[in-house]
Amino acid sequence: MGWLRKEAPALLLLAALGLAPFAGFGEGYILTLLARAMILAMAAVSLSFIVGGAGLVSLGHAAMLGFGAYAVVILDDLQVVDAMVVLPVAMLAAAGFALVTGAIAIRTSGVHFIMITLAFGQMAFFTASSLSGYGGDDGYTLYARSEVNGTRILSDRLVFHFVCLGALTASWLLCHMLLASRFGRVLRAVRGNPMRAQALGFSPYPYRLTAYVIAGAIGGAAGFLFANATEFVAPAYISWQRSGELLFMVILGGLSGLHGALIGALGFVLLEEWLAHQWEHWRMIFGVLLILAVLFLPHGLAGLPAQLGRMLRRG
Amino acid sequence: MAEAVLALRSLRKRFGALTVTDDVSLDVAPGEIHAIIGPNGAGKTTLINEISGVLPIDSGRILFAGRDVTGLPLHRRARLGLARSFQITSIIPAFSALENTALAVQAGDGTSFRFFRPAATERRLNTAAMAALDQVGLAHRAATPAGAMSHGEKRQLELAIALATQPRLLLLDEPLAGAGPEETERLVGLLRGLRGRYTIVLVEHDMQAVFAMADRISVLVYGRLIATGTPDRIRENPEVRAAYLGEDDIPLMASC
Amino acid sequence: MSLTLLLVQGLNGLQLGILLFLVAAGLTLVFGVMDFINLAHGVQYMLGAYFAAYFAAQTDSFWIALLLALPATLLVGLVLEFLVFRHLYDRDHMAQVLATFGVILILNDGVKLLFGSAPLQVPMPAALTGGFPIMDGLLYPHYRLAIIAGGLATAGLLWWLVERTRVGMLIRAGATNAPMVAALGVDIRRLFMLVFGFGAMLAGFAGVMAAPILSVEAGMGDNLLILAFVVIVIGGIGSIRGAFLAALLVGLVETLGRTMAPDLMRLFLDPSAARQVGAALASMLIYIAMAAILAFRPAGLFPVRAS
Repeated sequence: MGWLRKEAPALLLLAALGLAPFAGFGEGYILTLLARAMILAMAAVSLSFIVGGAGLVSLGHAAMLGFGAYAVVILDDLQVVDAMVVLPVAMLAAAGFALVTGAIAIRTSGVHFIMITLAFGQMAFFTASSLSGYGGDDGYTLYARSEVNGTRILSDRLVFHFVCLGALTASWLLCHMLLASRFGRVLRAVRGNPMRAQALGFSPYPYRLTAYVIAGAIGGAAGFLFANATEFVAPAYISWQRSGELLFMVILGGLSGLHGALIGALGFVLLEEWLAHQWEHWRMIFGVLLILAVLFLPHGLAGLPAQLGRMLRRG
Repeated sequence: MAEAVLALRSLRKRFGALTVTDDVSLDVAPGEIHAIIGPNGAGKTTLINEISGVLPIDSGRILFAGRDVTGLPLHRRARLGLARSFQITSIIPAFSALENTALAVQAGDGTSFRFFRPAATERRLNTAAMAALDQVGLAHRAATPAGAMSHGEKRQLELAIALATQPRLLLLDEPLAGAGPEETERLVGLLRGLRGRYTIVLVEHDMQAVFAMADRISVLVYGRLIATGTPDRIRENPEVRAAYLGEDDIPLMASC
Repeated sequence: MSLTLLLVQGLNGLQLGILLFLVAAGLTLVFGVMDFINLAHGVQYMLGAYFAAYFAAQTDSFWIALLLALPATLLVGLVLEFLVFRHLYDRDHMAQVLATFGVILILNDGVKLLFGSAPLQVPMPAALTGGFPIMDGLLYPHYRLAIIAGGLATAGLLWWLVERTRVGMLIRAGATNAPMVAALGVDIRRLFMLVFGFGAMLAGFAGVMAAPILSVEAGMGDNLLILAFVVIVIGGIGSIRGAFLAALLVGLVETLGRTMAPDLMRLFLDPSAARQVGAALASMLIYIAMAAILAFRPAGLFPVRAS
């Protein structure tokens, strides 16, 4: 039961998302917003898995979304629209990209890793921009959402809402299990003290690369959903700013557990939506909030209650 | 003497103009506690780093359990049964004492590429880890986060981690560093209790402790081994006494 | 492809490389000395261009604008250091990345608020509007040659500062082993402020020089920043020499690749496919080059940091 209590924030959040359509948040506009939040939360969870679990601070995670989304685009162009084909291809494409770039990036560490993942992410962005057959910079409009068994069931807003929720829950559970497994224990050990892990006989490289590829595959699945949610894909969706935003979600929520990424992503998307309606130059406020969060919320929103508690006790 | 667990053959290492390991050859017999002593800057930690594979050597050979491991990296040597502790305590602060030790058991128990079963529920790992914690007297602290332990407890935990790998050789870099008198006494008792069951090579500054627990002692001065022998022989060795002349922490005359 | 085109593109690549070097130089020194990753370095370049546009419009003189823009970027750099960056030196790289990303968000939108969303133009200085005949019937703009010359002169000055002066010696020592330099009693924070301000000004200088040939707009520094990251990763963090060579390499590969890749592809593919694949390949080229170099030298071409 300790598990239940520890994961209560995440479980409550997921349950709330499940109830939202029946609790007065069933309008199209709100469901669209929630779908976007859940998809980004999925990407954020996979990023949190490698940042918090393996110590791999990637600034190129949006590229994983991009590979998933462009897999949908390219298959759409070839008139392959069955989700049973498109989704696996999207995940494999992103995982493949993660494998190739990770194999190089994980040989380095720290600041090098951050910059190299950023560079590879930018490579994916420019490559997408140069694909003039798929709209180049202007992007590509899908003919329709992917089909499931020949039906257009994903076009139903409510169904899509629960598909996104299911995917998010599955990603969260998967990352959770992975971190608790033998594999995850080694990952966390390498993050906590690489010398100690090596002295025990664990070479960090294969563990880190495996984690990176898994996170890539989840990112690819999120990209598949993203393309389906908007029915439009453009390079701008996978720019490096998006990678920065994903990292911000992870940190905003807090790294102490995967639920931080959930809280961070939902908080981010809702805040963004609200601010964007207030002022044309809302990104300035966003930037200020980001700096304040980094300076004053070292444990993120998830750690805020404990932080406040400590401050109160100290008087 | 039975076949050596660890055999060093003419190790050499230079840092620029400084020779830190100078033609060191040494055999460590199974079951013995072998201490390496020497004045500050003699190259003791360097030697430990060379044996464990943290530092490459310039020339010479390192044989471990009958195998040439000279070119193998740290983690490969570890997998052959070479466990080491660090001078600065090296534990995983966010892990509990149990998880620190269970990780060490896991290292010697099949593949760690298992993705789904929670490692914390693997009874085999936990039982062996508890046994190791028990050996060092930390069983009652199993659930404590390692980062929250006292210094002496961390040193004990480090020993438990090393034992949990069921090593063929334990390399201990100053296991008593920073420990108070009481903690030292407890740790020395612990190490003496391991004699005969484990082969141990240790570097230590506390001469009292070294002479109390070592079966054999090697003396390193400026990267060179000037003597190897039982504590009594070392105590009587004129070269050793000359090397330590002027240092007052040497109980060469003291009875143990 | 003609030899003329190759020559022109070579010169363009050199010019991009020079601009990249000016941005990368400050970045690599700040990294080297303080182990501080500053994503907001690219906005200094953008601010340089905006200041140039603003002052040029006010004074009708590119040269006065240049003289005013340099201290202005220096000032902004120092203010940012004081307000934000110095609180991040003791934090991990991720915190630094995020907070400096926040600075980018603020300034990219801030310039829109101050100068409007429409791109600005900066007229070329009258003295440099002509062209230099590099071949029959082909003029290469004086202004672009001036960028190359000005950049090379600055690189020379920087080399002299870092290699031949006392402050430079401290900077090099700091890049190799910062705690050691601090232990010697040098005020490393002041040293860093100096390096930081100077780096910000160099990036601003690059922005001023680029302003007349590009459109001045929000976000113009971001892409250059990422190229500058590639440059310092290839060159080796903390190494001015590495940054210089890597900047020229990246500038040339980027520019020549865009011209040559589609032509090369035409050897294997039909023209329309060649154009697509060539363009995609060209945009990947410098990253592939980076990956290849890192595969053999994970610490870059000229590693500085003592491990």
